[in-house]
Amino acid sequence: MTENIVELQAISKSYATRRGLFGRRVPVRAVDEVSLSLAKGQTLALVGESGSGKSTTGRVALGLERADTGCVLFRGTELPAADTRAWRRMRAQMQMIYQDPLAALDRRLTVLDQVREPLDIHEIGSASERNDKALAMLGAVGLNASHAGSLPSELSGGQRQRAVLARALIMRPELLICDEPVSALDVSIQAQVVNLLMDLQKEMHLSILFISHDLKVVRQISQRMAVMYLGRIVECGDTKDLLANPAHPYTKALVSAVPVAGGRTRERIILTGEPPNPAARPTGCAFHPRCPVARPQCASVSPAVTTLSNGRSVACHAVEIAPTFMGAEA
Amino acid sequence: MTVQHPIPAAPASKIPATLSPGRLLTIENLTVGFNGVRVLRGIDLTLARGEALGVVGESGSGKSVTWLAALGLLPKTAEVSGSVRLDEDELLGLHASRLNRVRGGRVAMIFQDPSSALNPVIRIGRQIGEVLARHQGMSGASVRAEAKRLFDLVGLPDSARRIDAYPHELSGGQNQRVMIAMALAGKPDVLIADEPTTALDATIQAQILDLLTTIRKETGMALVLISHDLGVVSETCERIMVMYAGGIVETAPSNLIFETPRHPYTQGLLAAVPPFEGAVERLVPIEGQVPHPANMPTGCAFAPRCSRHMSECEKIVPPLKSIAAGRASACLAEEGAQAERHSSPIKSMSA
Repeated sequence: MTENIVELQAISKSYATRRGLFGRRVPVRAVDEVSLSLAKGQTLALVGESGSGKSTTGRVALGLERADTGCVLFRGTELPAADTRAWRRMRAQMQMIYQDPLAALDRRLTVLDQVREPLDIHEIGSASERNDKALAMLGAVGLNASHAGSLPSELSGGQRQRAVLARALIMRPELLICDEPVSALDVSIQAQVVNLLMDLQKEMHLSILFISHDLKVVRQISQRMAVMYLGRIVECGDTKDLLANPAHPYTKALVSAVPVAGGRTRERIILTGEPPNPAARPTGCAFHPRCPVARPQCASVSPAVTTLSNGRSVACHAVEIAPTFMGAEA
Repeated sequence: MTVQHPIPAAPASKIPATLSPGRLLTIENLTVGFNGVRVLRGIDLTLARGEALGVVGESGSGKSVTWLAALGLLPKTAEVSGSVRLDEDELLGLHASRLNRVRGGRVAMIFQDPSSALNPVIRIGRQIGEVLARHQGMSGASVRAEAKRLFDLVGLPDSARRIDAYPHELSGGQNQRVMIAMALAGKPDVLIADEPTTALDATIQAQILDLLTTIRKETGMALVLISHDLGVVSETCERIMVMYAGGIVETAPSNLIFETPRHPYTQGLLAAVPPFEGAVERLVPIEGQVPHPANMPTGCAFAPRCSRHMSECEKIVPPLKSIAAGRASACLAEEGAQAERHSSPIKSMSA
């Protein structure tokens, strides 16, 4: 079995929010008993709608948020507490990029300065070596010397995301966490950045946790994927197999909702109801109020995760009952 | 009414689109500039009664500006010229008081972010009541009854109680339903929806698109759906218009444009989207980037990124020309390629 670069073991994270301006504090379970593992050199996609807890999971994996319970293993050892010296040293090995590159970049520093900054902080090499390294990294993401001297405002959206990528990769991290990295880009530019990310992954042997709501991009870039709904993982498995044969009713609806240009080959499942509020989580299976195959048990008993014969794990009462049917498709 | 309109083989004119008697909206040579920089470079299009038109383009293509200009919603500093006619009435330069009777009445528009389009401190029932009072002349109890009917129509759950809710008490999808209900309150002939589902989650997007289709069938209104997502317009619209850098590059019936895209930009756009079925192969991006409006190439705006680029492309701005029944493309290479096409069928794109 391949080595896991990062492992989440039953992590949970709650936040306190107020109901109304002067209301009582209510705990919101953003992430609930999530276990995941990312194999070295692979891409694991985390998908879900807003409020599903996918970004929080990414932040916990990086140590930016401390899990209330459960633990995060990075290369087999537990992640040190945030802001300690040990954590900072480890952080050079794990980087994160976000959806909005303009917000992630400093508007008053040139691209070169920003890409070189991690080397300055960690005091790697002499000043001229750092400059050369930064320029080489910019070249690797497809930016030239004239871009290097530009301010972020002088670049296009795609170029900015390349600059962010260069800055994240300059310390040669082993793990890259991408939170919706291409969602704000136009389609033609998105393809450029997706290709770049896949090329860099191969070259640098990167492991990527790819957080996204775009199932088409997820299918392109990841080997395994996990689907989250209201803080829990409802289904996890091989990406292509999961998207071709989703087992959980929520995944089925999500897959069928992907807008496809040209002829539609599968029937669209229109869910009734709205995505529930994380602050008012339904009892039992959180999906049951919208589920087309809900049964009485779903409203009271939270379904456990079962592993099917094809290595797929699913948390659904309806699937538990007919595991052979699901296994037959593998 | 959702009939495919028979399109006469257009004469050598530049107007390619439907010219049926059911014409509702006609835009001719519409241009928009900001501080002397042209962002919309002469748009010609017609919209038939009851038709669903999808407008696709990337940022800066002019897909939203076209409709904002048509409805007089751009800031006063914008330089707008051309003609926009609703039936026979010219809308450009119309006095604000008369324009206000059209906007929200015969033509309604909804936007990407419903929560910023709604007033956060006014209950949604009162906001829709304003539209009903202004455009339908309703008052008193009939306003509330009609508001409830509209909320039911757009599938807002528990509408009797929700009438007194504030926008922040509803989810994004529910607020977009409120926006659609407000748009319907004026009994519009056409609804212009600018990225109505972009801010929504996938399963909610599916609900809203489904709702738009249902409402169109029930009311017979025309729909202009503006989106960056080819998939979204493909399922909802009968005719697709692709825009690039302030101009129309291709129009075609929805089913054909995805099977046999003609303009190199449309082809590039379809190839750049990761497929959702079949083998995973390396994506084919369109290299380069959209030109800045102040720095537009002299000839075809797409020429610098085009794989079928020829020397003439740098000199001549290709006109939008009819290439088949109901289809038009603005490409010089297309004219030469027309003859060969009979022998070599175009590779169908699955995107």
